[in-house]
Amino acid sequence: MSLKTFSKGGVHPPENKLSAGVSIQKIPLPEVVVIPLSQHLGAPSKVLVKRGDEVKVGQLIAQSDGFISTNIHSSVSGKVLKVDLFPDSSGYRKMAVQIQVEGDTWMEDIDRSEDLVRNTVLEQADIRKKMLEAGIVGLGGATFPSHVKLMVPSGKTAEYLIINGVECEPYLTADQMLMQEHPTELAAGISLLMKGLGVEKAILGIENNKPDAIRIMKEATKDSAIEVQALKVMYPQGGEKQLVQALLKREVPSGGLPIDVGVVVFNVGTAYATYMAVMKNRPLIERVVTVSGKSLEKPSNFKVRVGTPVSYLIEQAGGLPEDTAKVINGGPMMGKALSSLDVPVVKGSSGILIIKEEEAARKEILPCIRCTRCVGVCPMGLEPYLLMTQSEKGLYERMEQEKVMDCIECGSCSYTCPSARPLLDYIRLGKAEVGKIMRSRKAV
Amino acid sequence: MNKLIVSPSPHAATRESVPSLMYGVIISLLPALGVSVYYFGIGMVIVTAVSVLSCILFEYLIQKFVMKVKTTHLDGSALLTGLLLAFCLPANLPLWMVMIGALVAVGIAKMTFGGLGNNIFNPALVGRVFLFISFPVAMTSWPQPGQWLKYTDALTGATPLGVMKEGLATKSVAEIMPELPSFLNLFLGNTMGSAGEVAAFALLIGMIYLLYKKIITWHIPISILGTVFLFTGILWLANPDRFADPLFHMLTGGLMLGAIYMATDYVTSPMSTKGMLIYGVGIGVVTVLIRVFGAYPEGVQFAILIFNGFTPLLNKYIKPKRFGKVVSNG
Ligand code: SF4
Ligand code: SF4
Repeated sequence: MSLKTFSKGGVHPPENKLSAGVSIQKIPLPEVVVIPLSQHLGAPSKVLVKRGDEVKVGQLIAQSDGFISTNIHSSVSGKVLKVDLFPDSSGYRKMAVQIQVEGDTWMEDIDRSEDLVRNTVLEQADIRKKMLEAGIVGLGGATFPSHVKLMVPSGKTAEYLIINGVECEPYLTADQMLMQEHPTELAAGISLLMKGLGVEKAILGIENNKPDAIRIMKEATKDSAIEVQALKVMYPQGGEKQLVQALLKREVPSGGLPIDVGVVVFNVGTAYATYMAVMKNRPLIERVVTVSGKSLEKPSNFKVRVGTPVSYLIEQAGGLPEDTAKVINGGPMMGKALSSLDVPVVKGSSGILIIKEEEAARKEILPCIRCTRCVGVCPMGLEPYLLMTQSEKGLYERMEQEKVMDCIECGSCSYTCPSARPLLDYIRLGKAEVGKIMRSRKAV
Repeated sequence: MNKLIVSPSPHAATRESVPSLMYGVIISLLPALGVSVYYFGIGMVIVTAVSVLSCILFEYLIQKFVMKVKTTHLDGSALLTGLLLAFCLPANLPLWMVMIGALVAVGIAKMTFGGLGNNIFNPALVGRVFLFISFPVAMTSWPQPGQWLKYTDALTGATPLGVMKEGLATKSVAEIMPELPSFLNLFLGNTMGSAGEVAAFALLIGMIYLLYKKIITWHIPISILGTVFLFTGILWLANPDRFADPLFHMLTGGLMLGAIYMATDYVTSPMSTKGMLIYGVGIGVVTVLIRVFGAYPEGVQFAILIFNGFTPLLNKYIKPKRFGKVVSNG
């Protein structure tokens, strides 16, 4: 039987999972951390500490400020040096708390033991409350506050919880290693999310290039309502809409969310963090980050405290190679190039990727030869070659009719173009313009 | 450390390039080229060499001195046009006519539209049709296979499609068939016809290679071949005296070359799979109409050119199926 995957488009770039099987390693604490107040989608959190304050590991330092917002905790113990603007991975300066690390003193109410706690008497509402308190956000990269996602809008019903263990980006292995090393905690976390969401069925999707993770997770979930489903390797299967389609054959409508077809999707990292938050009272202050690249001495999976500088992580993996051209926050398909390494790891950082000069060289842009490859690989059924031409000509209304807003920015089109045309660059430009037009229409 | 490069995602790219695709098609044509050289000898070598070199040279000269743009004569596309043009000419065509064909193909059909990617009509076919209209006698005097060392002095004859068309004026299909090469010879290419289009089996090998390497998809060639087979099959079943059987149509003329190589030209064929199927069926139908009811024995080249002309329209109105049209929990 051939394995399931999504039905439209997709590419299969070289997987390059250099750090697959490298166990998650704890690294020594850095001297200083910088914890941004906006690590999630939505309103920045309201800061509670000031210069000179002493903080402990896990102490609340910024509070949720709005419906779509969440809490932020100190990832270290020490003294607050500054609350000020610091550059983040986007290259912009944003408000953050800078803390001088002193020792490693944790809040007393955090359970730091390895003991598995399973049974819970907590109700649905308690689980959500705990998740907000612990500052849980989507760890797949979107960083949407998780407790909000558990609240199903009226008129819709949730039927399935889908857990994303696909990790379809080349190089990244953080989720894989989490599944291999913490299967029971993960399974417990998934059960908590099911309860929080109020569904009976959960499916964990894992791509077939991670046979160990599939086997281990099947074992860990065998007496539960959680089904583990192996999937054919195909990028961008980790995209929510693609994953839902691959597992359930349901198409999330254009402009809609998975809940429109009765599904809510969480990443495996989020499920793990949920377990830690609810059962161990442990806020989201650390995560697994893959540090990888062909030129890097030791491609690794590190357990990293939020706020740790990227440069420090690279040091731990053997140092920045001489011939580095780019450093990517995330994977090669959707990650963002960093302009400085002096930026902190945040809740949404899944990987740091080092790209060599020869790999970074962009090919010469040639005319479109109308080979149809970009149309063939687009998972959203769009026509990237056409959207690029329209964007170049400023035909934004036409772009809207051609459904440009459905583009998930997966980059499959640019990746596959034999003429090396920067399709997604122009599509993004068009999306921004179309977005403006749509907003101004609403405002009228 | 040098400054870090900041560029938008994706940060990875396929290894495929325009030249790699073009040379992929060229490699797939080698079996057919070999068979043609085997049957038409020195004539095929001369026509092919002249056609290929002229196309490359004209592309270079036009880009360098007329358009004053960066030359792309070595990206494989001019070589491919030259090869395909040679494939649809008789192997005894005089040099200068080949060169005119190349000039029309590259100069008019490709460069006046702005070069690779912008032309509406398939350059090699435009070159061929121009020659066919300008030099009808030379373009329909086909050398008999097996004359290794002859070029313009080769003995000539009519193509199977020509014999069939002519014969049907006075005779029935059954009476004509004995005058024609066997199906096996047609399959192998041991017959009269344009130099590169005779060997059905070698062209089919090329198609398998193209599909395997994912250079083309099945939609265009299979829809053309399937349509011709079905349409001629229906006619044959209706009246086997007046209409040749479908296998005969599949193995003769420029159908294989047209369906596999000419109609699948990226630039001049539709962008969506639905569009490709409409285009393929259309080409198949028009080919049969011209062959069976038209004035010419062969029609695939005209059919392809006609549908090249429809391609912009198909691209405008036939859209791929967008993701997320079906709502189920709504
Ligand atoms: S980036 Fe957008 S247009 Fe390009 S393939 Fe992905 S979804 Fe389609
Ligand atoms: S992949 Fe590139 S060359 Fe091919 S149709 Fe798309 S834009 Fe044109």
